[in-house]
Amino acid sequence: MKVGLFIPCYVDQFYPGAAIATLQLLEKLGVDVSYPPNQTCCGQPMANSGFEHLTGSCNRLFIKNFADFDYIVCPSGSCVLHIKHHLHSENNEAEAAAMRGKVYELVEFMTDILKVKTLNAEFPFKVGLHQSCHGQRGLYLSQMTELVAPAFSKPRQLLNMVKDLEIMPLDRPDECCGFGGTFCVAEEAVSVKMGQDRVTDHLNNGVDYITSPDLSCLMHMEGILHRRGSKVKVIHIAEILNGKRNQDKP
Amino acid sequence: MTGNKDHAALAEVFNKDENRVDWHDETLWFIRKKRDLAVKKIDNWEELRETASQIKNNVLSNLSNYLQEFEAKASANGVIVHWAADAAEHNRIVLDLLKQQGITQMVKSKSMLTEECHLNEHLEANGINVIDSDLGERIVQLAKEMPSHIVLPCIHKKKEEIGELFHEHLGTPAGNADPQFLTETARQHLRDVFLTRRAALTGVNFAIAETGEFVVCTNEGNADMGAHLADIHIASMGIEKIIPERKHLSVFLRLLTRSATGQPITTYSSHFSKPREGKEMHIILVDNGRSIQLGREDFRNSLKCIRCGACMNTCPVYRRSGGHSYHYAISGPIGAILAPNLDMEKYADLPFASTLCGSCSNVCPVKIDIHDQLYKWRQVIVQKGYAPTAKKVSMQAMANVLGSSWKYHVAGKAARTVMHLAPFAVNNKFNPWYKHRDMPEVPERSFGEWYKINRNK
Repeated sequence: MKVGLFIPCYVDQFYPGAAIATLQLLEKLGVDVSYPPNQTCCGQPMANSGFEHLTGSCNRLFIKNFADFDYIVCPSGSCVLHIKHHLHSENNEAEAAAMRGKVYELVEFMTDILKVKTLNAEFPFKVGLHQSCHGQRGLYLSQMTELVAPAFSKPRQLLNMVKDLEIMPLDRPDECCGFGGTFCVAEEAVSVKMGQDRVTDHLNNGVDYITSPDLSCLMHMEGILHRRGSKVKVIHIAEILNGKRNQDKP
Repeated sequence: MTGNKDHAALAEVFNKDENRVDWHDETLWFIRKKRDLAVKKIDNWEELRETASQIKNNVLSNLSNYLQEFEAKASANGVIVHWAADAAEHNRIVLDLLKQQGITQMVKSKSMLTEECHLNEHLEANGINVIDSDLGERIVQLAKEMPSHIVLPCIHKKKEEIGELFHEHLGTPAGNADPQFLTETARQHLRDVFLTRRAALTGVNFAIAETGEFVVCTNEGNADMGAHLADIHIASMGIEKIIPERKHLSVFLRLLTRSATGQPITTYSSHFSKPREGKEMHIILVDNGRSIQLGREDFRNSLKCIRCGACMNTCPVYRRSGGHSYHYAISGPIGAILAPNLDMEKYADLPFASTLCGSCSNVCPVKIDIHDQLYKWRQVIVQKGYAPTAKKVSMQAMANVLGSSWKYHVAGKAARTVMHLAPFAVNNKFNPWYKHRDMPEVPERSFGEWYKINRNK
């Protein structure tokens, strides 16, 4: 099983620690994983802004970089959802369709494909789990509060394997943080208010860390936490699951 | 009222008063929670949603047949059926009916369609006095505002503001904001209106093709009061309100109010089928862009909407921007996918007033894929040329960099270097992110650079 590691552009540039943790975690789980160096972006920033027609070269690059893998794994639900819904090819749509079917967000890859049952990790902190909308409602990583359906949560399933970690309840378990790609600047006032409210919910419930399978939400909340001077930190779920925090600093 | 400001600008104004935003958000979230409690008592809720969705799909695929069946049945019942291609024709029909009878005063119960058609303004301009009898609608009418929510028209108003309005218009004592007292005042004031108006206009929640009857759902009984006391009852309905058979009503009545307010059913679900002896009943079937929307494959199923407002109550953007920021009669996520059909340029901003979180699509009782349609409208609006030039330029530049591996690596390195050496280049007032949020810390190396060194492949 050959796995291609898909690291979204903003994670590559701003959060290499989460990418390293993802890589190390997959390696520890015995996965034959490699990182195609010429990858860039899934195209979502343009597409969600109404410019999907400008994503042709991103699509071509993605296909070129990842066509040879059995699975494509990425530590960001939003980018995965974009590929799953919008990866197309002008000359080989069948290939694009096949790739849409083999792209996985890290958490679901661990629970559904690797079927991970135990992890060697500890994290003696109170953690707030932010349900990223695209991961939750798009990829069904966990049950949403809107539906009358049995509860489940793949991120929680994995976090429960981490020693000494305590997941704190939230008043609104799955409300959006307001990042929304270019929404965060185009609708600055509402975006900020949403982010502040989300952060406040975590703070009111006494968390030490906010985690999520999606760094874009965490980046948003981190920006607000920093500005408030809060000691609460954000951490990508891969870094907790990898259990090797702060080693291998880029 | 809103000038030329777009959603973002209007929402920014709304957000100047954070206490009000918190109050608005909490009020609507309370209703979302009531909805959750109500729907979770129905084990087959998801099946019910699917059934409703399928019934509506059937309706949209056979709309012309059902409408003709409805017209035939309603006519046989003694109801006079009118067809209006657009808002202007609808308003003209109403005005003509009133003029023929020499009526200058009309009472109206809640009808979002008449808001969409701007009927009140048209009638007032022609010397007809209109009084909205739904309490919330009456309040926004007194305030000369649009409803900010399709089910809760004055949800943006605090009780103190309503007290002031009533003091000014209905003579209540200054400073009295007791809801019980204000409601009683409105009740007495409306009682006189009901007794003296010879014409009543109502909306329509469901029209049944099989029987030619229509159903109006209210909590206040105001539609019935108006219609029962008037000589002429005019019912205005969008052509998508048809359902095939009476039995289908049971599906929709179970869904509608649970989704809207968390009640099991509206206090009144009134069936109107024929005029009383010596009285007139008219139905106006209004298209106003619906046929065009029906022809848009990606957007046609927005016509399944039963106007419950659940998508507004759940929308984190709506709750924090207020209904008026959508500058259209129907606000919130559903308004944002309906409005561009009528005027793509004027409402080009609305599909962008969303993070695409998807909550709306999953509370929708008829399973409209609202957030997917928001995404699709964005593509259409840009393709039709309604995107701002600055955005076009920046998107083109972004696509250019992200579409090339070497440009991406050069730009990434350059950006990190700038942020590292000259943080003031991004940490300034021209960067909307920075206004209330710090930028991420810049690592020395990207993951790609780290990988090259540490995995050496």
